[in-house]
Amino acid sequence: MITALSALDVGQDTEARDAALPLLAVENLTVEFTTASGTLRAVDGVSWSVRPGETLALVGESGCGKSVTALSVMRLLARPAGRVTGGRILFGGRDLLALPESEMRALRGRDIAMIFQEPMTSLNPVLTIGMQLAEPLIIHLGMSEAQARVRSVELLGMVGIPDAERRLRQYPHQFSGGMRQRVMIAIGLACDPKLIIADEPTTALDVTIQAQILELMKDLSRRLGITLVLITHNLGIVARYADQLAVMYAGRVVEEGPADRVFRAPRHPYTVRLMRSVPRLDQARGGALETIEGLPPNLMDPPSGCRFAPRCTARIPVCDSDPALRPVGDARRAACHRAEEMPGAVPLTAARPAAAAPALAAEVTPLLQVRGLSKHFAVPGRGLFGKMATVRAAEEVSFSIGRGETLGLVGESGCGKTTVGRLVLRLEEPTRGEILFDGKDIAKASAAEMRAMRTRIQVIFQDPYSSLNPRMTVGATIREPLTYRLNMATAEAHDRAASLLRQVGLPPEMAERYPHQMSGGQRQRVGIARALAMEPDFIVCDEAVSALDVSVQGQIINLLAELQAELGVAYLFIAHDLAVVRHLSQRVVVMYLGRVMEVADRDELYAAPLHPYTQALLDSAPVPDPVKERARAPRALRGELPSPLAPPSGCVFRTRCPKAIRECAEIIPPLREIRPGHLAACIRI
Amino acid sequence: MLAYAARRIALMIPTLLGVALITFFMLRVVPGDIVEVKMRSDGGYVTQELLASERARLGLDRPLVTQFGDWMQGLVTLDLGTSMWTGRPVAEEIGVRIGLTVQVALMAAVIAVLIAVPLGTISALFRDTWIDYVARIFTIAGLAVPSFWLGMLIILGLLTVFHWSPPVTYTPFFESPLKNISQLIWPALAVGYRYAAVVARMVRSSIIEVMKEDYIRTARAKGVFERMVVARHAMRNALLPAITVIGLEFAFLIGGLVVTEQVFNLNGIGRLFVEAVSRSDFILVQALVMLLAVVFVSMNLIVDMLYGVLDPRVRHG
Repeated sequence: MITALSALDVGQDTEARDAALPLLAVENLTVEFTTASGTLRAVDGVSWSVRPGETLALVGESGCGKSVTALSVMRLLARPAGRVTGGRILFGGRDLLALPESEMRALRGRDIAMIFQEPMTSLNPVLTIGMQLAEPLIIHLGMSEAQARVRSVELLGMVGIPDAERRLRQYPHQFSGGMRQRVMIAIGLACDPKLIIADEPTTALDVTIQAQILELMKDLSRRLGITLVLITHNLGIVARYADQLAVMYAGRVVEEGPADRVFRAPRHPYTVRLMRSVPRLDQARGGALETIEGLPPNLMDPPSGCRFAPRCTARIPVCDSDPALRPVGDARRAACHRAEEMPGAVPLTAARPAAAAPALAAEVTPLLQVRGLSKHFAVPGRGLFGKMATVRAAEEVSFSIGRGETLGLVGESGCGKTTVGRLVLRLEEPTRGEILFDGKDIAKASAAEMRAMRTRIQVIFQDPYSSLNPRMTVGATIREPLTYRLNMATAEAHDRAASLLRQVGLPPEMAERYPHQMSGGQRQRVGIARALAMEPDFIVCDEAVSALDVSVQGQIINLLAELQAELGVAYLFIAHDLAVVRHLSQRVVVMYLGRVMEVADRDELYAAPLHPYTQALLDSAPVPDPVKERARAPRALRGELPSPLAPPSGCVFRTRCPKAIRECAEIIPPLREIRPGHLAACIRI
Repeated sequence: MLAYAARRIALMIPTLLGVALITFFMLRVVPGDIVEVKMRSDGGYVTQELLASERARLGLDRPLVTQFGDWMQGLVTLDLGTSMWTGRPVAEEIGVRIGLTVQVALMAAVIAVLIAVPLGTISALFRDTWIDYVARIFTIAGLAVPSFWLGMLIILGLLTVFHWSPPVTYTPFFESPLKNISQLIWPALAVGYRYAAVVARMVRSSIIEVMKEDYIRTARAKGVFERMVVARHAMRNALLPAITVIGLEFAFLIGGLVVTEQVFNLNGIGRLFVEAVSRSDFILVQALVMLLAVVFVSMNLIVDMLYGVLDPRVRHG
């Protein structure tokens, strides 16, 4: 039999094998960072590979080492703090780590391109787009400036930037975030690379723009046969775009395999739990969100056994020894002693009954009533005697919130949701309209009345890093209002602060810590404790969970729901993520460019959205289910958010609306009740 | 851009008016009377009548507001008045000396930028190596050493080592460039060292900051040569804050030359200033203060305009 193999057969065999050979293989990569407090092993023996033409998704929460791995491939780690201390990175058979810097440089942007997370800062502000786009063409392909310009126009066309000739002469600040990311993609594509690494390419973008960018990347990579490594924390994106999936946790790959099969039956308890903890739009809202209790280990001093064991609910004694990443079934690997028993071995967290949404009793007076609220900002015009322009940040916004109720306020950047939150807190003076809090108009309250009211209205901010004073212990932060507003004695304030910390799930000893000694989730809990200190009736949560990782986000959402059930506090929950809003709110307001598009009870809104914008928002967010996602046609909303300085006439949404007709430009659609309790501002319904 | 410049120039007027007001009245409040100084310096007996008539001649007997009004009127018509001491027009007193001072300042600025930009850049790129340490010792020394002392060292050094002393009499540049420069290069070096040190430290910290920016990583990810990353992507961004320092330090320099001109025996604006103050020559002092104020606000304006040229965000904002 063996002798029967002809030379030809052998040749074909090798060819077939070559085709399946990975384009990029990371083998046993170890990366260390030198920090003030010691050496941190950010990546510890990581291996993954991607075959030509495939899309590999690297998934994990912040600090898991996914971006560090990608930067190691490019050899762009921040020097001298970070260095690769072991392993190989094979690209087309060559070990990139062994290449001299000059050859590595020649490879960057030519064979491997990279797209970064922050489109706002990733382009050089003082150089034209044309220059930045032509640079790799001139360096790698030896083009003349004229040739590079022709190719640049072609590239901008490919990434969907119209009017390319003119755009090439412009600077980054003249482009929107989405447009800048398109430019980054064009730069990445410039030299027809074999591989593109995209590090959270859409995390900083609005959901409708995210859909546009991802569809564009998928389309171009398929058409041009480019291999894609997509780094993301968003499982919905993975489900829609990835062929292969590698899940990272605490500097290691814990699971790897074809995306659809990993989604169907994850083999590592971390993957199992991660998938369960994502708030989902495609499933009925159950009780409390599943969460992963605890925190990822400190990589300065990782646990000796399985790194997930301290948070794992399927832990058994053998987990004290470190599990290897081993084959589990066809083409899959997992680093768990009980991989074969997964996902069944991870018990479902006893679904606590949903923090009982208080019955929407038809109250005589709601706690907060906002009527016809408008806020206009004046911005200086151009030139010596330029006319002042007006930005209508919020226009004719009305809603009401009952006691113990949550109102979700959703929309993309620039829609005015944060302005509304600030107006309700009276951090801004409204241009028009009234804000009745318990029957009293906040907008007209005197300074003394406002002081009294402020104890009843509190706020939780988005960024748990910058909203706490770094020079104060968290205990001091929480005690400050107790001492100065409630005139508590020191001992009493200490006790109260301790009980508040317990209430938000932190040990009272944490009062002695400074914010930088805590994780993001813990800081946000401190923010909540601080807000609760005054025993408010009402809390404005401005993007309170957006900066947090999925598993932590679930913990905070559950905490907010529990506190509401316990204390009867009402929330104005401002967010851009529809799935998160859905989990907490009884009623939802959707805003776009300063105007309310739709208001409805939660279940009604998600089941039967009326306004085309709400429909588009729901459509744009990918759900973590490969079967559903692959079956779904791309429905990205076209166009860019118009400038708030020159909003469209008539309906502000008409420029991007799939249903727009001529009349939409003429009438500003009033918000009208289309079904009982369900309002929408659209003349096409 | 033009409209912006026009608005900025218009805004200079209230600033200068404020400077004029404060200078004028502060000079009248501080002790010292030019008439007394002038008359009694000869040692002779001076009658009250003589003093009064001299005051009247100089216009010092009129109400302060009238004096201020006269001065303002003069300023607007570009008439700076006459020196109360020499009796010559202030414009003439300044005119014969300003060329020398401006030339020294310009030479110092050129020397400073030529030293500071490469030094700061190298220092940043080789951060925390011996190259950086040497550069930082050099710049710290520049901040610590007073320029007049450095000036004396330079003169002594030239004398003892080369047995050569710079020419004593001032030769205008267009008469004999070589002779002119061989005289003025030394004070320029003495004040330029400090200037270079300040700018170099700014360039260093600004390059270090810029090299951490995302767009530098993008440039590297494109495969741009490292020297191009620095020259094209980092430098233009890093020089923006450095330009502010270069401009403001230049304005300070005109004032800083006061002492150095004495050391090098140069008859420039600095020396004129010292003389005017010691003789309580109000008219001359206030003219000189206004001159410095104009230099300051103009440098500020030039810096801001340069920002517009170098930073498109400012240009379009």
